[in-house]
Amino acid sequence: MIQVANLVKRFGDATVLDGIDLAIDQGEIIVVIGPSGTGKSTLLRCLNFLERPDAGQLTLGDLDVDVTRATRADILAARRRTAFVFQNYALFANKTALQNIVEGLIVVNRWPKAKAHARGREILRRIGLTDKADAYPASLSGGQQQRVGIGRAMAAQAEVILFDEPTSSLDPEWVEEVLALMKQLAAERQTMLVVTHEMGFARDVADRVVFMEGGRIVEQGPPSQLFNAPRDPRTRDFLRKVLAAQPAIQPS
Amino acid sequence: MSVLDFDYMVGLVPILLRYLPLTLAMAAAGMALALVLACGLAVIRVLGIPGLNGVTLLFISFFRGTPLLVQLFLFYYGLPQVLAFLTQIDGITATIMGLTLHFAAYMAESIRAAIVGVDRSQTEAALSIGMTNGQLMRRIVLPQATRVAVPTLMNYFIDMIKATSLAFTLGVTELMGATQKEAAGSFLYFEAFITVAVFYWVIVELLAWCQRRLETRLNEAYRR
Ligand SMILES: Nc1ncnc2c1ncn2[C@@H]1O[C@H](COP(=O)(O)OP(=O)(O)OP(=O)(O)O)[C@@H](O)[C@H]1O
Ligand SMILES: [Mg+2]
Repeated sequence: MIQVANLVKRFGDATVLDGIDLAIDQGEIIVVIGPSGTGKSTLLRCLNFLERPDAGQLTLGDLDVDVTRATRADILAARRRTAFVFQNYALFANKTALQNIVEGLIVVNRWPKAKAHARGREILRRIGLTDKADAYPASLSGGQQQRVGIGRAMAAQAEVILFDEPTSSLDPEWVEEVLALMKQLAAERQTMLVVTHEMGFARDVADRVVFMEGGRIVEQGPPSQLFNAPRDPRTRDFLRKVLAAQPAIQPS
Repeated sequence: MSVLDFDYMVGLVPILLRYLPLTLAMAAAGMALALVLACGLAVIRVLGIPGLNGVTLLFISFFRGTPLLVQLFLFYYGLPQVLAFLTQIDGITATIMGLTLHFAAYMAESIRAAIVGVDRSQTEAALSIGMTNGQLMRRIVLPQATRVAVPTLMNYFIDMIKATSLAFTLGVTELMGATQKEAAGSFLYFEAFITVAVFYWVIVELLAWCQRRLETRLNEAYRR
């Protein structure tokens, strides 16, 4: 169970997150959509303390902190309960695919190397990259790199995996394989919070779609409701624009 | 010009070989100390530690902005006059000190650039999985910064080996000092100095060869 209450983040004078309330159940798949500059990435980054929020209460499993009072230990604990998949993969360039996946297990969770590697190979199998265990990121395609990025997040066994536009940097030819892996994780009921412009993914996979604008959650609901019968005019306006750009998934 | 006296040059080789260890030892000691100092200075600069940052900038500016020979004379002849407890500083110590401070100033800047050059998103990725700052530095940033910094640092090492020849101006009999003495005895200046030139040249080429091998190894992870 993940809960965010009244999360606020400012950059200078700009209030980028203006009191976000969000609860995520174990095994729930939530997709966040919204216009550019709305604070979607910032929301994910605050959950992981890559940005320090200015106010709010954060509950991640058994961890419950007032973000303004979070100690260094709280921050590490929060990071261990969340895993992040980056738009640009952000793989460790000096480590192989397998090493990228097991790095956290060995360094952060202090698993013995053999145990970590066994788990790493198991994850490589699930992401379909068994034969790339010893390949360095520079020699992998964008799609393969992002699958390793997802594998690294899977290894963390976090309460929730945060995806920030995981397919936006990919050449079109690699998008499908990454979405397929995410669907596979969703089918296994991995709790996920996904920021994406892939409306097809949102419609097919999400349990709940959250529409954000101007640092607030404007509207949320199951995809059938949000896509077919949006209540707020801002949601309608946004959907009209993006669905016009992605005609394959026009409202039925 | 008469023909070169090859016999003299060949005879000079074993004599000069006796002074090679001192030259190499001064360079090795200078390099090791300079690396440690430069890493410290680079970290201060990267973290921007308030008071120390200014001192570091001043240090770097002075030791890059003045000739090495001036610095060596300052340490060898100057320091004992102002620091009472240093009644005498020997030439070897002064040389190592000068090489250390001078080259640390240059190396600090290349190490800093290499650290800053590591892709910021990897830092975020490391933090996002719960690594501490120390783990992030040791496991992700420094290994990649090393790869970037090694070619430049090796070039400084090569420069430093050649710069040890200035020690002879402080009365140290190393490769250059020994050659100078031999030449003064035989009057065969050209033969003597061309021989010592070849000495330095061979050392530098050997190092350059090591450098290429090292770089190939360090670049393994980045080949497409
Ligand atoms: N480190 C920062 N410093 C200052 N302003 C920032 C910083 N990070 C983000 N912002 C600003 O905060 C706002 C929200 O940014 P954010 O990246 O969260 O938007 P987003 O919804 O993810 O947009 P996009 O769809 O383009 O990725 C933007 O106006 C952005 O310029
Ligand atoms: Mg974003």
